[in-house]
Amino acid sequence: MLRYGVLALSLALPAAAPAPAADPERGAALFSECSGCHMVGDGARHRVGPHLNGVFGRRAAGLDGYTYSKDMIRAGADGLEWTPETLDAYIANPRALVTRTRMSYRGMKDPAERADLLAFLRGYSASPRDIPEAPPTAEPTLPAALAGVAGDRDYGEYLASECVTCHQADGSDAGIPSIVGWPEEDFKAALHGYRAKLRANQAMQLIAATLGDEEIASLATFFATHAQQPAAP
Amino acid sequence: MQTRRSFLGATAAGAAALAAPAAIGQARPRLVVIGGGAGGATMARYVARDAGGAVDVVLIEPTRTYYTCFFSNLYLGGFRDYDSLGHGYGGLATGGVNVVHDTAAGVDRDARTVRLASGPDIAYDALAVAPGIDFRWDSLPGYGVEHQNAMPHAWKGGSQTQLLKAQLEAMRPGGVFVMIAPPNPYRCPPGPYERVSMAAHLLTQINPTAKIIVLDTKKSFSKQALFSEGWAQHYPGMVDWLPPSITEGVQRIDVAAMTVETGFDSFKADVANVIPAQKAGRIAEAAGLTDDSGFCPIVPATMQSALDENVHVLGDAAIAGDMPKSGFSANSQAKAAAMAVRARLTGSRVFPPRYSNTCWSLIATDDGVKVGARYEATGEKIASVDSFISQTGEDAALRKQTYEESLGWYAGITADMFG
Ligand SMILES: Cc1cc2nc3c(=O)[nH]c(=O)nc-3n(C[C@H](O)[C@H](O)[C@H](O)COP(=O)(O)OP(=O)(O)OC[C@H]3O[C@@H](n4cnc5c(N)ncnc54)[C@H](O)[C@@H]3O)c2cc1C
Ligand code: HEC
Ligand code: HEC
Repeated sequence: MLRYGVLALSLALPAAAPAPAADPERGAALFSECSGCHMVGDGARHRVGPHLNGVFGRRAAGLDGYTYSKDMIRAGADGLEWTPETLDAYIANPRALVTRTRMSYRGMKDPAERADLLAFLRGYSASPRDIPEAPPTAEPTLPAALAGVAGDRDYGEYLASECVTCHQADGSDAGIPSIVGWPEEDFKAALHGYRAKLRANQAMQLIAATLGDEEIASLATFFATHAQQPAAP
Repeated sequence: MQTRRSFLGATAAGAAALAAPAAIGQARPRLVVIGGGAGGATMARYVARDAGGAVDVVLIEPTRTYYTCFFSNLYLGGFRDYDSLGHGYGGLATGGVNVVHDTAAGVDRDARTVRLASGPDIAYDALAVAPGIDFRWDSLPGYGVEHQNAMPHAWKGGSQTQLLKAQLEAMRPGGVFVMIAPPNPYRCPPGPYERVSMAAHLLTQINPTAKIIVLDTKKSFSKQALFSEGWAQHYPGMVDWLPPSITEGVQRIDVAAMTVETGFDSFKADVANVIPAQKAGRIAEAAGLTDDSGFCPIVPATMQSALDENVHVLGDAAIAGDMPKSGFSANSQAKAAAMAVRARLTGSRVFPPRYSNTCWSLIATDDGVKVGARYEATGEKIASVDSFISQTGEDAALRKQTYEESLGWYAGITADMFG
């Protein structure tokens, strides 16, 4: 369960005030957090991660010659496109946006730093004019305040009945991923991702759109403990 | 009688014991569910499971194996084998549901009893009616129940689907497959057009000069742009869809001559798939639960019959407002009804119902599309509040993923229905 270890730490705080104008030069320095795995600029090649030229406006997992994870390919096929909002969410907490992404990066917590980094990356995208001038101010990842909402297991059980029409209750995956036995924070982050339409799947967006924070917390509690019940004989 | 009794074996004796009315306060309250399909099986399973033995749940269903209509088109197209569509009731029995393999012949709503075809009455405290659909056999002149083997409808699960597939496979080279698509409302709005796609897929391989003609009673249909695009792309020249503005409607069917006469022309078929207009399953009408439309009005929040609070109507038989008649909808409604019935019989908690539907259709290999919506119970109906639909021109990777999702859904919903 290595994938879960660091997630809770990387939940970003909500931005209190509009971020100041983004600074691409500071972003260039911050790119050192990425450059161990990614190249950008003239002659950039794929390394541990794909090169990041022209990333704005591109489909996730959209480059040839690089072997992406299954989940990144799925997200791309679903319609995940790299925009200021989705890039911000991915860099803040990669697994909150793409559950089993192979990018093992713990996330950049500070929204202002992310805005700077994105301003830097934007310089390497072919159509920067398509990118809104204002730096992202929205906070797409799970606000810390939410992490404390206590889940009500009874309510979760009723709400969960809607989910198991598609997600098998025993955790098997016949084409739709398992959602049982997840750490609650990861589960909540994923549902917030669909609700904010950062995660792309239409069916899940529709489901999540009408789930309030309390409902999401109840569901997280229910499915987290669900897998621990002994399977029916 | 003799044969039915021996067929029923031990269950008939069990059913006889059910004739004693449940004296409330002494015995456990009893829920009787008529019909073990998408609506009824889900309802029975959820009440038995969540009430933890506090409710006696009896399910009446004549067949021992339920063959899903959903994915039956994929069987037609060769993407699924027939056996994979069949589901038994063993899991429900293990889960505490008393499964009685018999047909409900009548309901006495004053006495609160259900009459079984084999004779005995079963008393209920709450009743759920989920018999699916029946056909309006008078809707197409010249076509009646006695013609369903010559021109199958294949709109109920099981042998009809096998028959239609066998006829398509045996069709002469270059033959014509004619489908008569039903008027609204009917079960599974995109179903006829998914069937056309799957028939085209099959014929492209075994009979590439064959033609498919759809004589529709509607001016437009579900996911029309998506299907039209898919037919042009995958099966160019094979499919002709003819709305009533062109045909002036189907006037009569001559089954012996295998012709369909319309106001415009007469169509000669080598294989014909006739899907008549529909109404709620017969038992709903016999129980006095239908209105002039032939379907059952309900209370939006609970799926109770608008005519009798002791009765819930689920799935295709109900007038569920904006929700389409689908297996997904029936399953969704059953969960709301299960919660409401438990609350009434045992005092358990109620939460606002959550209704939703997603219908996937397969157009060709790895080319899946979907449509979905969420609904809320308002005072007068179940109303759509949000929806999505696949777009034309989507890339192949997304279409493949959408198809794979549908496989996940099939596994999920059948496990959710049958345990
Ligand atoms: C070709 C086709 C494709 C479809 N594809 C999809 C799809 O992809 N997705 C989807 O969601 N839906 C699909 N559907 C629709 C779906 O099959 C129905 O909407 C769904 O089965 C309705 O559930 P129900 O419980 O109302 O009825 P059913 O599932 O039909 O169940 C009714 C049950 O009641 C029993 N019964 C009837 N009368 C009595 C009686 N008097 N006593 C006892 N038992 C009785 C019957 O034997 C039957 O088992 C499709 C339908 C067709 C025809
Ligand atoms: C430890 C190595 C590593 C680090 C550090 C890292 N990444 Fe990644 N990155 C990856 C890998 C591997 C992938 C492919 C992910 C997958 O397929 O799931 C990826 C994918 C991406 C993608 C998606 C690209 C596409 O073509 O869809 C973006 C955008 C991205 N990284 C940005 C960043 C940024 C910005 C940083 C610095 C804040 C960063 N990454 C840090 C390894 C890394
Ligand atoms: C209509 C079918 C359907 C229903 C109902 C549904 N889901 Fe999903 N869900 C999916 C699909 C398909 C995916 C994969 C989406 C993707 O590729 O991003 C998914 C993905 C998820 C994920 C992310 C899984 C991962 O590995 O990244 C979570 C968490 C989730 N769903 C939770 C829920 C919850 C909670 C409910 C009930 C409130 C629910 N789902 C109801 C179809 C459904």
